[in-house]
Amino acid sequence: MGDSDRMERRRAVAADRVARYERMVEIRAFEDRVQGLFSEGRVHGTTHTAQGQEAVAVGIAAAVQTTDLVTCTYRGHGIGLALGMTPEVILGEIMGRDIGCVGGIAGSMHLCDRELGLLPTFAIIGAGIPVAAGAALTAQVRGTDDAAIGVFGDGAANIGAFHEGLNLAAIWNLPVVFICENNQYGEYSRIDLTTPIEDLADRAASYGIPGIIVDGQDPDQTFEAVSAALAVARSGGGPTLLEMKTYRYAGHSRADKAEYRPEGEFERWYERDPINTFRARLESEGLLAPGDAEAIDERVAARLEAALQAVEESPPATVDAMFGNIYAPV
Amino acid sequence: MVRMRMNQAVAAALADEMREDPDVVVFGEDVAVAGGPFKTSDGLLEEFGPSRVRDTPISEMGFLGMAVGAAASGLRPVAEIMFIEFLGVALDMVVTEAGKFHFLSRGAFTCPITVRASIGAGLGFGCQHSQTMENWMSHAPGLKMVMLSGPQSAYGLLRSAIRDPNPVVVLEPRALYGGRGQVTTGADGILPLGEARRVREGDDVTVVSAGAMVKVALAAAEASDDWSAEVIDLQTLIPWDRDGVVSAVRRTGRLVIVEESPYTSGWGTEIAAYVGARLFGELRAPVLRITCPDVPVPFGRELEQRYMPNPGYVTDQIDQLLATGRVPDPWWVGEGRSA
Ligand SMILES: Cc1ncc(C[n+]2csc(CCOP(=O)(O)OP(=O)(O)O)c2C)c(N)n1
Ligand SMILES: [Mg+2]
Repeated sequence: MGDSDRMERRRAVAADRVARYERMVEIRAFEDRVQGLFSEGRVHGTTHTAQGQEAVAVGIAAAVQTTDLVTCTYRGHGIGLALGMTPEVILGEIMGRDIGCVGGIAGSMHLCDRELGLLPTFAIIGAGIPVAAGAALTAQVRGTDDAAIGVFGDGAANIGAFHEGLNLAAIWNLPVVFICENNQYGEYSRIDLTTPIEDLADRAASYGIPGIIVDGQDPDQTFEAVSAALAVARSGGGPTLLEMKTYRYAGHSRADKAEYRPEGEFERWYERDPINTFRARLESEGLLAPGDAEAIDERVAARLEAALQAVEESPPATVDAMFGNIYAPV
Repeated sequence: MVRMRMNQAVAAALADEMREDPDVVVFGEDVAVAGGPFKTSDGLLEEFGPSRVRDTPISEMGFLGMAVGAAASGLRPVAEIMFIEFLGVALDMVVTEAGKFHFLSRGAFTCPITVRASIGAGLGFGCQHSQTMENWMSHAPGLKMVMLSGPQSAYGLLRSAIRDPNPVVVLEPRALYGGRGQVTTGADGILPLGEARRVREGDDVTVVSAGAMVKVALAAAEASDDWSAEVIDLQTLIPWDRDGVVSAVRRTGRLVIVEESPYTSGWGTEIAAYVGARLFGELRAPVLRITCPDVPVPFGRELEQRYMPNPGYVTDQIDQLLATGRVPDPWWVGEGRSA
């Protein structure tokens, strides 16, 4: 797919709730497929998937402009797809091929798409938080109506970059929205073992900015919350911290079976699975007719098959890609 | 040409870049209202206003991270780190973020941040405020790094650093801020990155130095009638001027490197290895590195002066090298310490 297809994918998610549903299905299937490829030994290295967190990804993508910059983490496939990146450029990157979004020299943790506003995703916890504030600084100094989005995990709320970034954004009143994907775990540690408060949104009070808890399993609520916070940011109202309560269905990374989870926890979250509940809502609203959801599943499966084929036909990352972009030409 | 102190030359370079490019912004601790802890940004707030010249909280990781994000989205931020040691709490932003953005975006993003930091011993700040730490940055392809040696070098290199589309770390020897010199300002005063500068002609030995050691090397060279030394100010540590240094040493046949940093893993180690390998068989003497000992910077005045190479010591070391054809022991061997 070319550039226009990526923009088209972005516009679809921005414009249409059914398209958001389809993208959520795509993210889930993509992540499942990636995990499968890893366990079959067809990919090397590591990967971090985001099944269960699809509503956060599409809510963000539906709300931001393409001229806004987004920083996000190594758990970034879902957000990349939601923003409009195609399965083949992300899978290509994960599999180290030339077709990958960075030519296969970066890997699963480092996705990037400048036109869609995605900065290279961050593999250092918390680093993207002040960087998002910096992108917002550009908008403020230049007087544009752009804003920035900083997405990070619950674990990042305990690193200095979080506190420094929020404090700076607050005192300079920057147009940035901080989004904490609280998926309840940082690697193998449940949040209550590392964090003395239940709601990370409470931390916003220390910086004098709004801290809002959002149901991260509901794409309508994530979209509304990000849209509202962006509107505040664009109108000079400063930063907002959104805590999206969500759940990571898979382990932390490829090798992790997540056996540390208490019994019944996954099942409880799965009762409110973001894809199932959104589908039921769209059906009850008449936006999905009988058979539509099945057609979407098939379309997504075919798209992913085609993507995998394109990736497998792509040559591996090149020496040119390795040497080509160390320094920008003066 | 205008006579000014090095800190004034830094401020002049910042001001000239800010006049020419509205995307240049300056921030750091006490850089705006106070004009900088070392007065390197005096007058900028008054001329350019509070949007482009900002005091930050004590948040090195935060404001360098902001510099990275601002640079990736189009500004040319110049961030000041008061003492290089404070970069330690924010190194990620320079080494692992800024230095990788171009690579990780297949060239789509650039990250033209300029990180200025004061460095070095000699002013009695003790061991946590006197290091140079250039090797924190030297294993991170994607970064550039320069070291200032006086007012003209400050003006010329800083302007190039700000204009460069890559992240550049500018190391500023604190002990030189008050030193005066003639400065050519404007376009003619700009010095390109990546080029060493010959600051003295000579035939018997090439002395490569940087930062505060340039002056020391020059004084050492002036003091000898027995040999004549060519003195080179390396100026850019990354990427350093390999061709310039190799061709200079090929002519004199001897290389001496003077560094203000501990012996182990100095920037000069790389130069010694490179030149030694390239010119094996052509050299008339082994490569001599004159450095500080592998100890934290001491505080007491006499000891602190002794810790750093000084002109008398450098002259003496070169005398011995030329007389014996062998690398002399550093001074601390005479104190019963291992080389
Ligand atoms: C500064 C830093 N420390 C440690 C790590 C190793 N690490 C990678 S992911 C992770 C857990 C982060 O958890 P969270 O922020 O909740 O994000 P999630 O993985 O749940 O999306 C850790 C500790 C790292 N990448 N960076
Ligand atoms: Mg987490």
